[in-house]
Amino acid sequence: MIYRMSAAVLSLLGLFLSAYLYLYKIGRIGSLACGAGGCETVQQSPWSRFAGLEVSLIGVAGYAGLLLVSLVALQPGPSSRRWPTTLLLLLSGLGVAFTAYLTYLELFVIHAICRWCVGSAVIIFALLVVALLDRRRSSRLGLR
Amino acid sequence: MAATQAGVKRFYLILAAVALIGLGVLAYLLLRQDTVSIPANVTVQASDTSGFRGYIKGSPDAPVEITEFADYQCPFCQTFATLQMPTLDERLIKTGRVRWRYRDFPLQQHPFARLAAHSAACADEQGKYWEQHQRVYEGQSEWAGARNAAAIFRNYAKSAGLDLNRYDSCMKAGKYAGRIQASYNEGVQLGVSSTPTLLVGDRLYRGRFDSDALIKLVDSLAPRR
Repeated sequence: MIYRMSAAVLSLLGLFLSAYLYLYKIGRIGSLACGAGGCETVQQSPWSRFAGLEVSLIGVAGYAGLLLVSLVALQPGPSSRRWPTTLLLLLSGLGVAFTAYLTYLELFVIHAICRWCVGSAVIIFALLVVALLDRRRSSRLGLR
Repeated sequence: MAATQAGVKRFYLILAAVALIGLGVLAYLLLRQDTVSIPANVTVQASDTSGFRGYIKGSPDAPVEITEFADYQCPFCQTFATLQMPTLDERLIKTGRVRWRYRDFPLQQHPFARLAAHSAACADEQGKYWEQHQRVYEGQSEWAGARNAAAIFRNYAKSAGLDLNRYDSCMKAGKYAGRIQASYNEGVQLGVSSTPTLLVGDRLYRGRFDSDALIKLVDSLAPRR
């Protein structure tokens, strides 16, 4: 259970972080708290949109999905099943792949690093690790 | 396998604490008043207008001068700036046939029109007026419905390569509020009541314009040689 609980907390943190970036992008919260970093450069670049959507909004949706799965996974029925782990693994795996693509863009195309994006990358990677640990636990317990 | 009751309770407490802190921070960011506002109906000082006739592009020797009274938040002005103006730029302004004079005419019903005009005026201080002007028009749909348009204009200023410290000081001081008001007053005196309105010679043209019609108008006023 500890892994699923950790996944829920991490997802909630990611959700707030993405919401912060999205609110900035739509002009609701002024400037970003970013020090000398390149957050605004990244956020104002053409790559801050993907498939017609704000990347931060995709983040909001992704983390909301992960939070929902994590919370459902803790409920009496699903807590003894394996499928929530598989779903967490799938979602966090997709998140890590997408983050890897975005990090590549920051490093080699935009040439600026957004520390909030780095924060999100750490969270999604931690979520994948937690999901992998939960899968190992599920296998050990023989959950179906 | 099952977590203890105390463990589950502790987890939900932690989750609720994170949710409360997160929501609190977002609410604070959303509600704080750090927006810049540019006052309307300020008293125009002589220094606001001395030597300034508007934002001008084109040759000083051009045979025709067109003065545009426009509002950055007006959709027709946006269409004109983004769809018709590039053609007019190429065919009339760059060829030396027309001198274009842009005057701000911020309409009362558009809450960010004056702010947008001021943002462009602050960019002018750093020699980037037309870059900011174009970007503000292009991004109209992005900022017109936003709560803090000033932040979006600031981002445009950053993209245009402006010194943001100078830009911020200029915006906070409302340095060009008088200039914008003078421009508006000039329009009112001439009989402008809507945007965009063009002044060609001593005649006002209101409504939507297409570049072909304007090129024909200029042809009739100053035939090509």
